Amino acid sequence: MTFLFPRLRNNQKAAWVATFVVAAVLIALPFAVGVMGNAWVRALSFAALYILLALGLNIVVGFAGLLDLGYVAFYAVGAYMYALLASPHLASNFPIIAQTFPNGLHSSVWLAIPLGATVAAFFGVVLGAPVLKLRGDYLAIVTLGFGEIIRIFLNNLNAPLNFTNGPQGITLIDPVKIAGVSFGKTQNIFGLTLPSVYMYYFLFLVLAIVAITVCIRLQDSRLGRAWMAIREDDVAAKAMGINVRNIKLLAFSLGATFGGVAGAMFSAFQGFVSPESFSLMESIIVLAMVVLGGIGHIPGVVLGAILLSVFPEVLRHTVVPVQEQLFGRVLVDAEVLRMLLYGLAMVGIMLYRPKGLWPAPEHGVAPVGKSQGETPKAAIA
Amino acid sequence: MDTFIQQLLNGLVLGSLYSLIALGYTMVYGILNLINFAHGDVLMVGALTALSTIVLLQSKFPGMPGWLLMICGMATAIPTCIIVSLIIERVAYRPLRNAPRLAPLITAIGVSIVLQTAAMLIWGRNYMTFPQLLPSAPLEFLGAIVTVTKLVVVALSALIMIGLMVLVNRTRLGRAMRATAENPRVASLMGVNPNAVIMVTFAIGAALAAVAGVMTAATYSVAHFYMGFIPGLKAFTAAVLGGIGNIPGAMVGGILLGLIEALGAGYIGEITGGVLGSNYQDVFAFIVLCAVLIFRPSGLLGERVAERA
Amino acid sequence: MDVILKITGVNKRFGGLQALSDVGITIHRGQIYGLIGPNGAGKTTFFNVITGLYTPDSGTFELDGKPYSPTEVHKVAEAGIARTFQNIRLFPDMTALENVMVGRHVRTKATAIGAVLRTRATRDEEAGIRKRSLELLDYVGITRYANFQARTLAYGDQRRLEIARALATDPKVLALDEPAAGMNATEKVALRELLSNISKDKITILLIEHDVKLVLGLCDRVTVLDYGKMIAEGNPGDVQRNPAVIEAYLGGSHKDVATKELA
Repeated sequence: MTFLFPRLRNNQKAAWVATFVVAAVLIALPFAVGVMGNAWVRALSFAALYILLALGLNIVVGFAGLLDLGYVAFYAVGAYMYALLASPHLASNFPIIAQTFPNGLHSSVWLAIPLGATVAAFFGVVLGAPVLKLRGDYLAIVTLGFGEIIRIFLNNLNAPLNFTNGPQGITLIDPVKIAGVSFGKTQNIFGLTLPSVYMYYFLFLVLAIVAITVCIRLQDSRLGRAWMAIREDDVAAKAMGINVRNIKLLAFSLGATFGGVAGAMFSAFQGFVSPESFSLMESIIVLAMVVLGGIGHIPGVVLGAILLSVFPEVLRHTVVPVQEQLFGRVLVDAEVLRMLLYGLAMVGIMLYRPKGLWPAPEHGVAPVGKSQGETPKAAIA
Repeated sequence: MDTFIQQLLNGLVLGSLYSLIALGYTMVYGILNLINFAHGDVLMVGALTALSTIVLLQSKFPGMPGWLLMICGMATAIPTCIIVSLIIERVAYRPLRNAPRLAPLITAIGVSIVLQTAAMLIWGRNYMTFPQLLPSAPLEFLGAIVTVTKLVVVALSALIMIGLMVLVNRTRLGRAMRATAENPRVASLMGVNPNAVIMVTFAIGAALAAVAGVMTAATYSVAHFYMGFIPGLKAFTAAVLGGIGNIPGAMVGGILLGLIEALGAGYIGEITGGVLGSNYQDVFAFIVLCAVLIFRPSGLLGERVAERA
Repeated sequence: MDVILKITGVNKRFGGLQALSDVGITIHRGQIYGLIGPNGAGKTTFFNVITGLYTPDSGTFELDGKPYSPTEVHKVAEAGIARTFQNIRLFPDMTALENVMVGRHVRTKATAIGAVLRTRATRDEEAGIRKRSLELLDYVGITRYANFQARTLAYGDQRRLEIARALATDPKVLALDEPAAGMNATEKVALRELLSNISKDKITILLIEHDVKLVLGLCDRVTVLDYGKMIAEGNPGDVQRNPAVIEAYLGGSHKDVATKELA
């Protein structure tokens, strides 16, 4: 447990206590917040989902230093993959599927998550392989291009064969079902009445915690160091024997898997997907979460994700009534205000706090002065 | 054959627009190694400013001839875009000149978003009609149909590009620009003020974008807050295609991309046997972009980027 | 003594400039081999060629009896040539210890899965990496800076760190590009001791260096480059008295003066 609270590394007991406290808060949170309405619990669920996305992008941008502006592509791939495998769409458009699966296509979550991860990873390799050697800004634009290409295809692959149902999207997607319990409607568990939104919150919370753990472990590993080395000086990294190309590709596809899993879960949660949810703006929002929170710093990225996903909810609930009070009508739409603030935040952060709101703490600084020129100790065979 | 000529002409029109916008990208990248993400949105500001001016004039002076309205529109669009562009350079890009490449790119994205939302607030989210100002009767030319507007686009772009080439190659300012683009530090040692040159570069790019914005709105008869994004991206593709930092390259790249897109959209139905249609038009530009960056990143005419002295 | 590095016939052209013409070296195991010459002679270019940063127009490359292809930099390191850079290229925001740990990358094999699942094997390997890296920091004498960011280290310590990092790759040949550049006399003495220890520990060293005293005191054999061509090869004492070498460094008119001074 101490790995979650690095400052308590030396105090096992304190670390356990801290963990319990945080866990208790997280478990009680939806009930506390739910008092104000289910919309807030939904916002929490999305926050957890965005944590997943932001951490995935952080592996690419923060750990390996690759600017990916098309991250939404993996989100989309995961979402549509689940949508196709867990909805009546394929069965109603392709008689062959209807024949093979007379009960319709349904996929259990235990299949969906790994499949989402794998398909996204595959796309990560396919998209990443040709472009990772490009320099920073070109890589950004190419990945942006890929993201847009995928969106255009999703929007248009409804003729001659209807794969994606075009702009209308795919509906009637199965909700998540664990141990026979469907997350799609309110359930009674251990005497507690849990609406659908609450169950999804806990599921996404678990996924977010798993994601955080995975990222922490990757960061402090041989692979994490290799990524950092590449980010700092990729020529020197190569000279030390690091296969820069493969390691970059690994970052890209690992990041993609997070996106794919998030996408599959999003699909199940909403029950409906359309190309609209996967625009460039989504990629930029996730990037903003990483940059605002603290590039490369896991707690910072989590903070960024929570802030930027909960904040629009807060905005929506305050901006409209406040304006109506002051001006009698809504001058500035909450959506527009949200985007404006995103834009200003991105500019502001880069100008004034480029390392993010919660950057990684600096390592120690060596004392200023000449090197002592110590004579080396006994030889090492 | 009619289709071919038609698509060729369409491509030329499209390409002229792309060239005008691409020049802005390429000049800024040549000097600053920065992709001015917000450039497409400057175009949008130009178009919308012109639209407002034209609408205002039309209501005040209903008898005003179309071409005069067009000129007045541009007369307000150009300075507006220049001012916006200079503010952006000063506030968002200049402080980050020596920062790692990630920073100005993110700032540029932020600026782009701010411009779009500002436009949303000022002009609303709806698509607005850009009035037909030039005679709309179609003319026949070699078996294809063109309008006066389209001819103006091609002619105006050609004139502007010639003017720019003269400026860059034959004037003192042009020399200063080329020197700064190659090596800002040494240029400053020779008495060139790099900040001034950079500002001029942004200003010229903005002016071109303003013209392109007005012409785009006039060609498609529509303007809205998001109209700059896709043309901006495609123009960047054109700049890279021709060789980033390379001014003739941007012109060539623009025309070429326009032609590829028009011919591709025109014939894709036939080529793919009906599987893919012209609704995939935008994809062409992206595919060209990815292909160029992957296989020939220095572009057709070679890139010209500043040495980091 | 057997040959550990054998390079012949390297040619490299950059546009109009023939940077290297038919250059080659033969180094025996355990030697300290010097590559010297005036500025711009092509020494670093040669380094870059043999370590895979530049692709030569021609040349044969053999390490420890096996041919190797200097086309992929990381493969060269894998094969056993580790290098340092003329303008120090550490990982500036990583600590000294982490820099050296990165050097261990090529000889270890923990995967992403191992890292995530924290398998026994991964944890053991990680502990081993840490231990060895600390040993190497100790070896070059900068243990006290283990947890400090590399860019905050004093210049001389940064050079040692770079050497420690290169040693972490368990190289057969350690290629050092001007390790003594910018060092004062005391630091150079310490460096000399370090290099001498490395050599005693059976690691072959290939050295680019300008400091004549260092080269004379340390190297077993020396090759001299000028304008991309080899103009002398042999033991330092002989090379130093070679008139072509003197001319290259000082110009023809200094031939007699120099011969007296250097002798």
